[in-house]
Amino acid sequence: MKRSLPWIILVIAAGSIALNWLPPKTAKDDFDLTTFGKIPVLVGGRVKPLDTVARNSLLIIHGKQELRLDGGRRLSAMQWLTDVLFNAPVADRYPLFIVQNADVLGLFGWEQSDRKYFSFAEFTPFLRQIDEQAAQSDKHEAVQRSAYQSAILNLRNGLSLYQRLKNSIQPEGAQNFAGELHAFESSVPDAARAAREREMGENFDQAKLNEVAELVRRYVRLSEMAYMLAVPPVNPPGSSTFAKATADRSIPATANGDWRSVGESLLHSVAAGEIYPVVTEYAIIGDAYRAGDRSLFNQHVDLMANWFAKEEPNAARRTSFEFLFNRLEPFSQSMALYVLAFLLACASWLGGSALLRRSAFYLLLLALAIHTFGLVSRMCLQERPPVTNLYSSAIFIGWGAVIVSLILERIFKDGIGAACAGAIGFVTLIIAHHLAGSGDTLEMLQAVLDTNIWLATHVVAITTGYSAMFLAGMLAIIYVVRGVFTRSLKKPTADSLARMTYGVVCFATLLSFVGTVLGGIWADQSWGRFWGWDPKENGAVLIVLWCAIILHARWGGFIRQRGLMIMAIFGNVVTSFSWFGVNMLGVGLHSYGFMQKAFPWLVGFMVSQFALMCVAAMPLERWRSFRTASTSLREQPQISSAIPAGQTPGQ
Amino acid sequence: MLRKIVDLVTSLKLTIVCLAAGMALIFVGTIAQVHLGIHEAQQRYFQSMFVWWPPEGRGFKIPIFPGGHLIGAVLLINLIAAHAKRFRWTWRKLGIHLTHAGLIIMLAGGDLRETELAVIDTTGEDLDQVTAIPESVLRHSRVIDHWSLPFRIVVRSFYQNSRLKMLSQAGEGARPIANQGPGAMIAVQPAPRAIAPDEREVPSAAIEILPKDGGSLGTWLVSDALGAPQTFACGGRTWMITLRPSRYYKPYSVTLQKFTHEKYAGTEIPKNFSSKVTLIDPERSVNRDVLIYMNHPLRYRGETFYQAGFQPDDSATILQVVHNPSFIAPYVACVIVAAGLLVQFGFHLVGFSRQRRNAIA
Repeated sequence: MKRSLPWIILVIAAGSIALNWLPPKTAKDDFDLTTFGKIPVLVGGRVKPLDTVARNSLLIIHGKQELRLDGGRRLSAMQWLTDVLFNAPVADRYPLFIVQNADVLGLFGWEQSDRKYFSFAEFTPFLRQIDEQAAQSDKHEAVQRSAYQSAILNLRNGLSLYQRLKNSIQPEGAQNFAGELHAFESSVPDAARAAREREMGENFDQAKLNEVAELVRRYVRLSEMAYMLAVPPVNPPGSSTFAKATADRSIPATANGDWRSVGESLLHSVAAGEIYPVVTEYAIIGDAYRAGDRSLFNQHVDLMANWFAKEEPNAARRTSFEFLFNRLEPFSQSMALYVLAFLLACASWLGGSALLRRSAFYLLLLALAIHTFGLVSRMCLQERPPVTNLYSSAIFIGWGAVIVSLILERIFKDGIGAACAGAIGFVTLIIAHHLAGSGDTLEMLQAVLDTNIWLATHVVAITTGYSAMFLAGMLAIIYVVRGVFTRSLKKPTADSLARMTYGVVCFATLLSFVGTVLGGIWADQSWGRFWGWDPKENGAVLIVLWCAIILHARWGGFIRQRGLMIMAIFGNVVTSFSWFGVNMLGVGLHSYGFMQKAFPWLVGFMVSQFALMCVAAMPLERWRSFRTASTSLREQPQISSAIPAGQTPGQ
Repeated sequence: MLRKIVDLVTSLKLTIVCLAAGMALIFVGTIAQVHLGIHEAQQRYFQSMFVWWPPEGRGFKIPIFPGGHLIGAVLLINLIAAHAKRFRWTWRKLGIHLTHAGLIIMLAGGDLRETELAVIDTTGEDLDQVTAIPESVLRHSRVIDHWSLPFRIVVRSFYQNSRLKMLSQAGEGARPIANQGPGAMIAVQPAPRAIAPDEREVPSAAIEILPKDGGSLGTWLVSDALGAPQTFACGGRTWMITLRPSRYYKPYSVTLQKFTHEKYAGTEIPKNFSSKVTLIDPERSVNRDVLIYMNHPLRYRGETFYQAGFQPDDSATILQVVHNPSFIAPYVACVIVAAGLLVQFGFHLVGFSRQRRNAIA
């Protein structure tokens, strides 16, 4: 029974994961937001499901992917978005916007309390003011803004995004949009005739003209405010009467190939004489939602889904997969498994049981499989190599480090590799999670990044170099913590760790060097110079230099095991500076990702590493593992596996 | 004594100290870029022999740290000396040492942006004769006397970076620095040096034209910010003066046919920029269309043209031209170093796994 403990743990973990993968059942008398969430729209240059728009928008504005109302009820992102799209007056009252800065609160005459979230309705009287204040803040560079200025800018951006969402599918507050569109459609021919009559100087019906003019103004506003383009491109002539009509009126071909917002599409309808079916469907769906008519809502959502499956099968398939990916949240799941595995691995050192170690190893394999699924899914959805922005770099660094750690675990079988895998996997996924707050992590790439070769070579090499450096640092931390605070760092373990660390540093040197030079070559192709002392370039060369120093110092005998460990821990500092620190300076050509909020965390991390280095610098006799019972023999553990003369008892 | 020096120069300790100094320098130089800007920081830390204090001339300055060039030089000497003294013909070591040198060579480099004062004799119908005076001459010389010009140019004042304003809008007490041409109605304010990498400086100068046979044609304002050149007559010929970005004349021409700027649908995020140009070189009978776009520059006759940017509203394309004689060096060095490292670490890995196999057996 005991021998099968690892398998039991694995099965339980796999089982709970699998449960998550089953699709949730929509109750028959509920709005089918699952199907509605899969409907494709175009935002930020990428076709994505409404569910992604919901999650990202809610994350940007509210900081979370679900909304908790006063009274305890919880709304999923999709539920929130549907309210925003179709039922703005209700959504306006949800506690959505985060304001914590006292100065911002003071702007509205509110006192600081432990209340964090405010509704749109509460801000309505102050919108103009917020806009003015934000415009002031905008004039400064992000690095130079005060806390107040950043906060007011965030608030304004959140409010602006919210208003655009409200006016994406229909004008906010429209009550009977389907009816309105019907009237619009039928009055357009009359209005067109009245316009012609006016041109020819004949008597015409002013009222008819006014009707349409009013609506046109409304839809112009709709087209200007839209955040998402919900109307897919018009198909080649022959596939629908609408397409034929627009083709006859020689609207330029490019216009036909682009996604449009609802407002834009309606404006085009004026010329075409009829409204695009997707627009009408959205209107009916919206009206049904407001009226609480679940069966009508579900019926038309199904109709629309089928329409997309037929007319835009590629988009429909991809959004369906992305919806699944969103729901599964693979990175959160592997995060949990990594933590569990880490605890089991550490326990295996103290308990000395191989069963715990193997359990950890199996859990790690499962976690890696899910992590890989997430990584590969992202690559498929984006159609790019794995690292394209800071978020994906974090995902990849974790993945690379876990793989190398598992290889180490397989070779040495002492739980160290497993512990590293668990710890690094967990930390990098947490970092990734926090990097996701600025919006779509599957975002489109800036023009200069639009090259898969360099993304696949330079970026992957550099990020793998980071993985290796962090792994070496982690190994060193294990060495120091186990050596100083526990008695478990016996000589064989110490030697293993030293060998592992050295090997991983060699690996890191090769990858970091190759990655850095590849970066230079890419820069030469793209910006006209191989090396420009740009902060990111400097960060990369710092890593290579540090690795070189470690290797040279070891070769010259200036450092032995402990020195190697201290330097490897400092490698963590150098690598985190290179990965994050240089982005925070706000200078140079590599300022793609900018996060001021992460600065205290970065500083905290570096301080922790320095503290560990100081601990390691303590005289070896003070290390619990090296304290001998009888003599105070100062024995420096060597890297070679030769056993020194005069073995000390107790080791 | 000599032996001690030789020991020092070839020592591994020196290597480590230089590498560490290099790291410290790069770190400080990177942070310094935030308030100095990339060009200034580059000059001060990486392209110098020493880091001086105080930075701005205050009469004296002391070196407080070796600069990039010095560290690079010492490393290079150290590397060559160590290699020569502990001469080992194992080809894996050779690979690494060669490429260390290559690495150091790779890290040297820089670029300049200058303006020139163009004095153009426009009298002839077919040809203009241009005398181009580089900005550095204006900066350092007071009087410019050139055989091709019938007048001397006296630099009354020179501003590396400036802001120009019409007198009427410049406020109380503003005085023009020129008394001829449009400059007579413009006030010039000195401005701090540019920091951001894409910020362009606006140099301005007040120059007095003194014909060589006596008299004065007045003081003129020349500036990168003045769009049109200014004209005057001297010695029976008409002249134009203008301060403009330095021009380099090529025996070939590049004409823009079409600039395309693609954005991702519904956004302002740039997807691709491209310039379609026609390259005409009568000397080599070249007449063809070339598409220049991101990651795909035009390489022609030792120079490379990159798609660098564009004017707002897509009204003009900006190509960056780089003269790069040692173009192939980094590629070669990278391959050699990578190979050297692979071989070096490969040996270690093989030795390690053999050891483990023996240990297990």
